[in-house]
Amino acid sequence: MATIREIISSFRDKPGGIIEAYHAVQRECNFLPEETIPIAAEVFGLSEAQAYGVATFYSYLSVAPRGKYIIRMCESAPCHIAGADTLIKAFEDALGIKVGQTTADGKFSLELTECVGQCQGTPVITINSVPYVDLDPAQVETVLALCQ
Amino acid sequence: MIEEKRIVLRNADNIDPEDIKDYLQAGGYRGLEKARSMRTIDLIEEVKKSGLRGRGGAAFNCGLKWSFVPPNRGATFVVCNLDEGEPGTYKDRTIVQKDPQTLLEGMAICAHAINSKQGYIYCRGEYPYVVELLNRAIGQAKEAGVLGDFDIEVRMGAGAYVCGEETALIESLEGHRGEPRFKPPFPGVEGLWGQPTVVNNVETFANLPEIVLNGGEWYAAIGAPNYTGTKVLTLTGDVKNRIFIEVPTTTTLREVVFGFGGGIKDDKKFKAVQVGGTSGGFIPEHLLDTQIDADSMRSIGATLGTGAVFVMDETRDIVDIVTRIAKFFEHESCGKCNPCREGTYRAYEIMKKINQGQAVAQDIDNLTVLGRVMEKACLCGLGQAAPSPTLTTLQHFYPEYQARLRAQ
Repeated sequence: MATIREIISSFRDKPGGIIEAYHAVQRECNFLPEETIPIAAEVFGLSEAQAYGVATFYSYLSVAPRGKYIIRMCESAPCHIAGADTLIKAFEDALGIKVGQTTADGKFSLELTECVGQCQGTPVITINSVPYVDLDPAQVETVLALCQ
Repeated sequence: MIEEKRIVLRNADNIDPEDIKDYLQAGGYRGLEKARSMRTIDLIEEVKKSGLRGRGGAAFNCGLKWSFVPPNRGATFVVCNLDEGEPGTYKDRTIVQKDPQTLLEGMAICAHAINSKQGYIYCRGEYPYVVELLNRAIGQAKEAGVLGDFDIEVRMGAGAYVCGEETALIESLEGHRGEPRFKPPFPGVEGLWGQPTVVNNVETFANLPEIVLNGGEWYAAIGAPNYTGTKVLTLTGDVKNRIFIEVPTTTTLREVVFGFGGGIKDDKKFKAVQVGGTSGGFIPEHLLDTQIDADSMRSIGATLGTGAVFVMDETRDIVDIVTRIAKFFEHESCGKCNPCREGTYRAYEIMKKINQGQAVAQDIDNLTVLGRVMEKACLCGLGQAAPSPTLTTLQHFYPEYQARLRAQ
């Protein structure tokens, strides 16, 4: 596995490439481990504050550890009226965690998100960005079983 | 019954989006070939003649936008806004997934017009699978040599609604926090890395190959005179058919909801439709005969915006939905300007209070004043449009608010 420095350095010549570099780190680690920030600052010629500012501006970047599978429940208006609240409750019950938490084994994180652009099939969740549409609370166990 | 007219989606489901040969066989890249045979000034004039206005929401004249790019200013950039984040919208994803080459061709036409060698597609972080598809499409286009010396790179956003605003998008492309810039200068003069930049939406670019091929006059004859052509709409909510359609802009909302949409699910009655995304106005039944073109929509205090059509049936709780929308804006405000940062926070606070039955009439007055201030004082479109759902529902569905007030 490439080190965080190697991953970030491979984007050195891409102007404005820090966000792409962060995405690449997250593809390996699921989040941005602490050493990511000073390395990114050095590679892209920014202050650590600026590098941290970028990392914490975007909701898909996280400086806190996250699970291997990130479940995001859309709560925008079309999903809201399609029963997003009931669905998120079903995921919380099935996983034994609340929104914003990660399971003790580090397997699942549960997050709320805004529209993921699949509104032909509300309510929608994504697991590691793969959308699952027209979900019913009764299907939660089946969907979780797909994550192996 | 009015029928679909497919320009942007002309190849949808007729070609294999993964194979450029299909696109070429369907006449792909002939528009670009023709564009490249034209002088840039004539090309821009042709696009102006088409009347094409931006399909991302702001509805600015496309050719006019291009004409702001000063000649001989060094590097120029073509940027495609694929950061479609307006809830209820899935049109740009659909366009690209059905026919990615048409976007690339449209961008290359723009590149010729502004003499650009480098394009960027800013794709929202929610669509990594679209990024992959686009990278394959760009690879095929390069291999086929159709893009010439114009290069296109895909960059992925990371979940920030505000990056749909063009200067915030540029900030994000530069690797910064996605906070909007003060305008002027506009991107056409000073955009990406301080160089002249045209930012257009996916659907705007996707219209260009056919416009160039058939001429501006051909396009201008389709749809409404002030907002020509077609619009891709995405239907969601309590409508029977949750589908995407492409229709002339003379189509009415009633034809969209009850014709193409098939009416309301479960034989319930219609209550409201919100068009253009979550920042759009709510529209009651008696205004459904309005045409979808941007100016007609504006005349009823609504927007065409992205073309999202979010339908709500008679059982839906307007106050609860608007509270949810207020939370959206509170979450998505970037925090750069005070009217939006504080305004979206307070608007959500008041909406929660109303939704929980704890508000008094004064709260509604405060919410109204706050909304009017935000429309005028916020730096970018996010804050300026954020009060629209509140203000339009107060106008059209006031009894629902009134019924929630605490008895005094």
